Amino acid sequence: MIEAKNIDFYYGDFHALKNISMAMEANTVTAFIGPSGCGKSTFLRLFNRMNDLIDGTRLTGECLVDGQNIYSKSIHVDELRKKIGMVFQKANPFPKSIFENVAYGLRVNNMGDKSFIRQRVEESLAAAALWDEVKDKLKKSAFELSGGQQQRLCIARALAVSPSILLMDEPASALDPISTSKIEELIHSLKKDYTIVIVTHNMQQAARVSDKTGFFMLGDLIEFSDTKKMFLSPEKEQTQNYITGRFG
Amino acid sequence: MSRKVSQHIAFITFRLLGSLVVGILFWILGFIIYKGISVISWDFLTTAPTDGMMSGGIFPAIVGTLCLVIGSIIFAFPLGVMSAIYTNEYAGNGWIVKFIRVMTNNLSGIPSIVFGLFGMALFVNTLGFGDSILAASLTLGLLILPLVIRTTEEALKAIPNSFRTGSLALGASKLQTIRKVVLPMAFPNIITGLILSLGRVSGETAPILFTVAAYFLPKLPNSIFDQVMALPYHLYVVATSGTDVGASRPIAYGTALVLIAIVLLINLLATFLRRYFGKKVKTN
Ligand SMILES: Nc1ncnc2c1ncn2[C@@H]1O[C@H](COP(=O)(O)OP(=O)(O)O)[C@@H](O)[C@H]1O
Ligand SMILES: [Mg+2]
Repeated sequence: MIEAKNIDFYYGDFHALKNISMAMEANTVTAFIGPSGCGKSTFLRLFNRMNDLIDGTRLTGECLVDGQNIYSKSIHVDELRKKIGMVFQKANPFPKSIFENVAYGLRVNNMGDKSFIRQRVEESLAAAALWDEVKDKLKKSAFELSGGQQQRLCIARALAVSPSILLMDEPASALDPISTSKIEELIHSLKKDYTIVIVTHNMQQAARVSDKTGFFMLGDLIEFSDTKKMFLSPEKEQTQNYITGRFG
Repeated sequence: MSRKVSQHIAFITFRLLGSLVVGILFWILGFIIYKGISVISWDFLTTAPTDGMMSGGIFPAIVGTLCLVIGSIIFAFPLGVMSAIYTNEYAGNGWIVKFIRVMTNNLSGIPSIVFGLFGMALFVNTLGFGDSILAASLTLGLLILPLVIRTTEEALKAIPNSFRTGSLALGASKLQTIRKVVLPMAFPNIITGLILSLGRVSGETAPILFTVAAYFLPKLPNSIFDQVMALPYHLYVVATSGTDVGASRPIAYGTALVLIAIVLLINLLATFLRRYFGKKVKTN
């Protein structure tokens, strides 16, 4: 369970997120939609504290994961990021073998011995629907995979360290339609084990994969409701306009 | 004039200039080989000079130069790479880093004779190392430090941030990210810095003049506190102050040839390493 309470976020003087509150249930898929630059990625990065890496930012409000404020002093950021996985817009596998890519998180976090790592790599690749395609070439460079396979490898890599939450920032925006639908199917199958938050600029995708949808504009959360309701009968006019393609 | 013609002329001009540069390079090389090859022999490479350096070999100078190259690299490389990691990966972009960058650039603009003087004052006299391999290695190390820092920084900058964020997002610490992702990727380019500094160190005369170089010392060093002969200085000595400068000319060219050969050999080795690690990074 993830909960944001009265979040304000600044890049220097720029007010990027304005008083945002929302709650995301466990084992659901929540989608963020909205025009480019409205703060979707910024909001997503709050939950694994990737915004910490950017200089000159400021945050007020509370981010709770399972009731715990993840910005409190007692939180160990590396531990937090192990628990909350992230998949990026552009697939970013390491220049290592397919096997080592998935094993990376296990190795740096000292999780388990050799046989455990082997087993975990296989499980993760299977969960990311990639095992059958790569099981005979685990030692090959990850760069030899196609774009869609690389993205699923990155998902497997994130799953390997057993997170409970998966943050995905436009994970399919650089992929062809077939790879995209594979990723979408994958999101469906992962839902039973993970809480998923996905940013997308593709409204059909949000409609297809998510249970709840949040619509952002210029740093405001305009509307947040069940995906069905959002797309059939949005409450706000701005949402209606965006969904019907009148701007954005 | 049509665009096609002017483009053609530009192309030919660049090509001519390019071949001119290569031509000059080969000319120098050919000249040194032509003049020096006659004195090269197994004895020349493995024995000490005799007869007031009018005959005999240059073995002690070869050993001396190798000692200095290794010594200065041992000192400058870890220090340079670590400070580049600090400025590029840890320090952000505040005034301290900018200040360090400016100072590093200034350092690389200082004439090498000044490094020699400084090395003599600090290492030879104040710290009491005397004229020694240690004092000269430290001096040469200081000389190439800016080069090592700069090339390492460039190598680190060339690694896209997405690899760092990818690693951090998996719960890796910053240090793990640097050690396991960034450095292996940057390594082939960091070696370039090593190559450049090796060439620089083996050829410098001024910094070793007051810190180690022996005019004539036909024996090998026993410790890092010993003096040694070195190829560039030996070359200078043989070419300018032998008992009969004209007669010792061939020895000077022979020494130059050996010096160039050593630099080329080290570069070749480093290029090979760079290739090898470059491949390993891609497929491992
Ligand atoms: N690192 C940054 N530094 C300064 N401003 C940023 C940075 N990242 C994003 N922004 C600004 O914050 C706003 C929201 O960006 P972002 O969260 O990336 O939007 P989205 O993902 O919805 O396209 C944009 O106006 C963008 O210019
Ligand atoms: Mg974005």
